Amino acid sequence: MQFGIFTVGDVTTDPTTGEAPSEYERIKAMVRIALKAEEVGLDVFATGEHHNPPFVPSSPTTMLGYIAAQTSKIILSTSTTLITTNDPVKIAEDFAMLQHLADGRVDLMMGRGNTGPVYPWFGQDIRQGIPLAIENYHLLHRLWREDVVSWSGKFRTPLQEFTSTPRPLDGVPPFVWHGSIRSPEIAEQAAYYGDGFFANHIFWPKEHFQSLIGLYRERYEHYGHGKADQAIVGLGGQVFLRPKSQDAVREFRPYFDNAPVYGHGPSLEEFTEQTPLTVGSPQEVIDKTLTFREHFGDYQRQLFLIDHAGLPLKTVLDQLDLLGEHVIPVLRKELDSLRPAHVPEAPTHASRSEVLA
Amino acid sequence: MTTIAVVTAGLSRPSSTRLLADKLAAAVSSALPDVEIEVLELRDLAIDVTKNMLTGFPSPVLRAAIDTVTAADGLIAVTPVFTASYSGLFKSFFDVLDQKALDGKPVLIGATGGTERHSLVLDFALRPLFAYLRAQPVATAVYAASSDWASPGDLDTRASRAGREFASRLSSAGTAAAPDSGFVPFEQLLHAGE
Repeated sequence: MQFGIFTVGDVTTDPTTGEAPSEYERIKAMVRIALKAEEVGLDVFATGEHHNPPFVPSSPTTMLGYIAAQTSKIILSTSTTLITTNDPVKIAEDFAMLQHLADGRVDLMMGRGNTGPVYPWFGQDIRQGIPLAIENYHLLHRLWREDVVSWSGKFRTPLQEFTSTPRPLDGVPPFVWHGSIRSPEIAEQAAYYGDGFFANHIFWPKEHFQSLIGLYRERYEHYGHGKADQAIVGLGGQVFLRPKSQDAVREFRPYFDNAPVYGHGPSLEEFTEQTPLTVGSPQEVIDKTLTFREHFGDYQRQLFLIDHAGLPLKTVLDQLDLLGEHVIPVLRKELDSLRPAHVPEAPTHASRSEVLA
Repeated sequence: MTTIAVVTAGLSRPSSTRLLADKLAAAVSSALPDVEIEVLELRDLAIDVTKNMLTGFPSPVLRAAIDTVTAADGLIAVTPVFTASYSGLFKSFFDVLDQKALDGKPVLIGATGGTERHSLVLDFALRPLFAYLRAQPVATAVYAASSDWASPGDLDTRASRAGREFASRLSSAGTAAAPDSGFVPFEQLLHAGE
């Protein structure tokens, strides 16, 4: 079981101080958070990709390469990489390059992006979101597996005898997750290729994601990659913790009440009851997270969102200390002991190289 | 057994919008045997509807109301006229429904207002809303102005006619076809552009 964090990379005013970090401060904070994640024993750091304010991470492989140089164990990933508006050729090159620099500690998550105005800035149209994701990923998949590719499609210029360089490290393409909030086409796509499927699982009730993950598992088996319960599932989650539950609630409430996504809506109590959000003690986080397995089956990767809504860096680093010391070791032990032997771990560069050898 | 959901958007208690809704429900009941009617007062759901707009998902209480409307064989929908149209709350409830929730569903529409001058709201505001949602509003829609409550004879006649039309639509509707799940196998997605 892999545990990690995923960040949106938002620059948000801290509602308790009225101050927002500069872009420089936020970018450096994201790096600091990633390094700390490795220090406290997490397995994955994933950054979002955005091309509009108030978000800073427009260039994920630059950031991940910089983090790779200062870490040695943590897997560097994305949440998500825009398969719609990025050129698949550039994704193939950037992530293969990152794979070499990071000694294989790289995977990535495909996503479409839901902000209409961003698409035309990159020459695309949001109404073509699904067809773009299908065509672009199919090309990306080939570029990492075939040394020489001739290709033509609907959305980019044709390729004649093209070789994407560098070739994937050890001939093993980075493992790919597909993230989706509501599109069965993306669950179907992940199943077709035998890739992972990630449900962001933070802002909506679990029921919202159960049918998508159910579909992915069923189709994974249909396409012959293994049994439904062997499909590779990742889940998000959102936590804020302090040693004492009431301290967590008191400290997080102003951030919750003003958060960009759900602020000024339901109360913190309603939201924690109705969605995967947990605000409380380490034990409460453990208990709630263990219910995820009951709802979705044995899964391979759990990522937490801990650094949004204007939370100061120091608070986020405290969260990582608490997660690393009191939560992750317990969850790891529990979930590993519950997982049947035939259900695989999340693929890594090492495990995929072995299969190939 | 025919199930009918009644959505009423009146804000006061007692509410003339609720009165009209009950009158329409009674007209349907007398025209059609064996109906089960469930009334949803949007006032009770107003805060949940707003929260749904902010978060993108319904609370358990609103979920139950949405499920009732979606599963019903027919819908009676009644709104007060506010500022020349249906009320914002009425519209908001239909905004948070799934776009396919009313597909093919018979609907009896009604509205209330202070004067008769707003009665075309039925045809200029409510009917297009339900047409957009691919529901099937019956021909007679019922408007009740303050004056109608003073001499309800005409109103009763219109309500009865609407009730009969709605009942006849319901009894001829049969079982609605299950909505298309929209699922497309991957090979088809992959070759869609060719």
